[in-house]
Amino acid sequence: MNRYPVWKYAIMVIVLLVGMLFTLPNFFGEAPAVQVSSAKATVKVDAAMQQRVEDVLKAANIPANAVSFDGGSVRVRLDTTDDQLKARDAIQRALVPDPADPYYIVALNLLSRSPTWLAGFGARPMYLGLDLRGGVHFMLQVDMEGALTKRAESLSGDIRTALRDKNVRHSGISRDGQSIQIKAPEAQTARAIRNVITDKFPDLVVAEVPDGAEVRLTATIKPEAARKVQDQALKQNITTLHNRINELGVSEPVIQQQGIDRIVVQLPGVQDTAKAKDILGRTATLEVRLVDESVEGRSAETGRGPVPFGSERFADRNGQAVIVKKQVVLTGENLTDAQPGFDSQTQEPTVNLTLDGKGARIFRDVTRENVNKRMAIILFEKGKGEVVTAPVIRAEIGGGRVQISGRMTTAEANDTALLLRAGSLAAPMEIIEESTIGPTLGAENISKGFHSVMWGFVVIVVFMCVYYGMFGVFSGIALAVNLLLLVAILSMLQATLTLPGIAAMALALGMAIDSNVLVNERIREELRAGASPQAAIHTGYERAWATILDSNVTTLIAGVALLAFGSGPVRGFAVVHCIGILTSMFSAIFFSRGLVNLWYGRQKKLKSISIGTVWRPEQDAAVAKAE
Amino acid sequence: MEFFKIRRDIPFMKNALIFNVISFLTFAAAVFFLFSRGLHLSVEFTGGTVMQVSYSQPADLEAVRGKVSALGYQDVQVQNFGNSRDVMIRLPAQKGVSSAQQSERVMESLKQSDPDVVLRRTEFVGPQVGEELAADGLKALTMVVVGIMVYLAFRFEWKFAVAAIFANLHDVVIILGFFAFFQWEFSLAVLAAVLAVLGYSVNESVVIFDRIRENFRRYRKMNTVQIIDNAITSTISRTIITHGSTQIMVLSMLLFGGQTLHYFAMALTIGILFGIYSSVFVAAAIAMWLGIKREDLVKTPVRKEGDAADPNAGASV
Repeated sequence: MNRYPVWKYAIMVIVLLVGMLFTLPNFFGEAPAVQVSSAKATVKVDAAMQQRVEDVLKAANIPANAVSFDGGSVRVRLDTTDDQLKARDAIQRALVPDPADPYYIVALNLLSRSPTWLAGFGARPMYLGLDLRGGVHFMLQVDMEGALTKRAESLSGDIRTALRDKNVRHSGISRDGQSIQIKAPEAQTARAIRNVITDKFPDLVVAEVPDGAEVRLTATIKPEAARKVQDQALKQNITTLHNRINELGVSEPVIQQQGIDRIVVQLPGVQDTAKAKDILGRTATLEVRLVDESVEGRSAETGRGPVPFGSERFADRNGQAVIVKKQVVLTGENLTDAQPGFDSQTQEPTVNLTLDGKGARIFRDVTRENVNKRMAIILFEKGKGEVVTAPVIRAEIGGGRVQISGRMTTAEANDTALLLRAGSLAAPMEIIEESTIGPTLGAENISKGFHSVMWGFVVIVVFMCVYYGMFGVFSGIALAVNLLLLVAILSMLQATLTLPGIAAMALALGMAIDSNVLVNERIREELRAGASPQAAIHTGYERAWATILDSNVTTLIAGVALLAFGSGPVRGFAVVHCIGILTSMFSAIFFSRGLVNLWYGRQKKLKSISIGTVWRPEQDAAVAKAE
Repeated sequence: MEFFKIRRDIPFMKNALIFNVISFLTFAAAVFFLFSRGLHLSVEFTGGTVMQVSYSQPADLEAVRGKVSALGYQDVQVQNFGNSRDVMIRLPAQKGVSSAQQSERVMESLKQSDPDVVLRRTEFVGPQVGEELAADGLKALTMVVVGIMVYLAFRFEWKFAVAAIFANLHDVVIILGFFAFFQWEFSLAVLAAVLAVLGYSVNESVVIFDRIRENFRRYRKMNTVQIIDNAITSTISRTIITHGSTQIMVLSMLLFGGQTLHYFAMALTIGILFGIYSSVFVAAAIAMWLGIKREDLVKTPVRKEGDAADPNAGASV
């Protein structure tokens, strides 16, 4: 009765083999490596790059352990960190002739030392969290209100243009929070305005309020359109962050959306945290507006008069005041690129801007109407605006390619381009959570976690073997299988392993032994009640099963709750906790039973089993009598 | 080897009242400390910045404190972290100053007096995140409690569900009471430990309830008190051995896991110890007071009149 059919043993063997296969990469450790990836969307790293890198290394006489290409990047594995630095410099020299304008990112990295045939199976080592490998973690909150306000502002400008095109007269358009107020002199015009808005701006809903003789129309952004705006703002910010982080040359940055308005950025291995924070924290937005060239505006600029209505005063980078109109012509959203360059005729340094389709159209219209006037590009950082540059419009500019030139040094052009690029965030962001872990601390955490698991494991297994004899050995093997499967599944899923995750692993082992104890105690109890060994094993496992299921379900409920509501460290704990419960069910019941069946199940006339002392009260009593 | 050589059922339920009074007193004390002292919440909940810096020699905490206070922070905590060379500095959240600037300013100031100081870790949590984490923690706790109750009510009976949850929530409150009394830092990891222990120590109650149900079926002549006593007695060896093994693991974390896992392991230790106590002495007693009966658990199939599925429907003798 204690026999498994062949297929059950087959499952045991297969699971064990697969588990070993996926656990194996974790034992090889990591080797220093250099990674080459693309710095620009237009530049692709392909298999030819692998050859190129190999040639470079050969020429520089650096022994590379392995050069591999995986879709997006070429990775070179090296023996020592010394070689790593040399290789990085050699590749950098060969591939990036101009550090100011890199086509490729050459970054230091760590690669698993596991052999290629293992990687061929898709077996990779566990993905270590930042607290184990060191690095920086940021959580940024996108200011969605700001994105909507800005959208309303640009819509109010669009409405003004549309009304002018249709020759509809209004007596004023203004933005109030996230809604747009339009005043109409009488009801008929109000109707006309309303028609234009419903025709041309499907994103807006209009409400009318009679206001004396006038009619006031309030246009607000529809909720679904608002959601779209927010969605786009977030995407745009993620793209911008990608570009900024590329400047840092991080090998495996993680930039992810979290919830509806948050972005998580993780930069493993980054040591220069100040620079990282500086680049990320540059929560800047960009706006293009016209300079107020009216008489009042000019007098305000020289400080002799008040700032006229509808304009604002900003300082440029030298502290000089510039009076600009409040209406926004373009935002950073429409700017796709900004690069430093040189004018082909005058050889002056320039900044070349590229606009998207909509931006190009608007820009053409605005420049046509404002030739010989000035246009200001304003960078907002933390709510404070600064005029980056305020060039004169010399001619109508079509096609979306804009060249800013005049009175700039090369360094200034570089700076301006960088600022403009960095400024193309759709909505302001704020760091709301941050952590930095030094690399030595990460290594310490790994060894502490490892020792906790190891010593706990050893003590438990020794105790089980002493207390339960052969059955203790089975339990110990089952526990080891549990650990093996847990590590294998974590490696397979590439779930992030953190220190709380290691703690969960230890706890999972401590709890998993519960099932084995339950079974063993049950078998002893059956033996005590006088059952034959085979029957005791059978009923022991059967009776314990219901209890094990119940207790694991309650533990799993707690695990799932943590998974659902936890974030950060708690999530890392919960993932391992839940997987640990599932693997323990398999190993403690299915696997350990298999071992018992294999050992004892074949013996038809089994007299006794090794499960420690089976103490019977009557025996004690009998001994006492004999004395 | 056998630790538990018990000849007769131990009359646990005879002393149920005493155990319940002890439970109640500990519980009341825990609640008292929770309210009078409050929990020492970590930065994750309150918002603020934590920095861990490391010196080459044992650090002079007073000097560090002076340096940091000189930067204009009112409520600064400076303490050793794990060993005498590592120092943990906790700064409150400041409006308008980003965490990057905070930690850099502090490091700059510390470097002036000792250039060897190394920044090992910083952690900054904005106030809005802290509030959310606290809310999420409460949600998770509610979900665990409701989930376990529903499961137990479905699997056993509502009286068991109520008893198990009372017994184990009493553990949770006592863990929190310890953290309040000693002013240990209550972090997210500790919260995770508390919830994990809640799920785990319910196991214990489940095992005993399982046995009670089985005994009701097997020993028809025993009364409820005898049945409960027998159930607890026959599972006690298993209870202590499994908790012991889990405790070995936790102890190993406490010894080798370092400062980061210290309070996590501490919460688990208290949870496991009180888990034994509450499952053995409290849960079953509450179930007894609630009046569990054989009929609650051993369902005799009720034959309905005119049941179409009943092959004997309509037959009469």
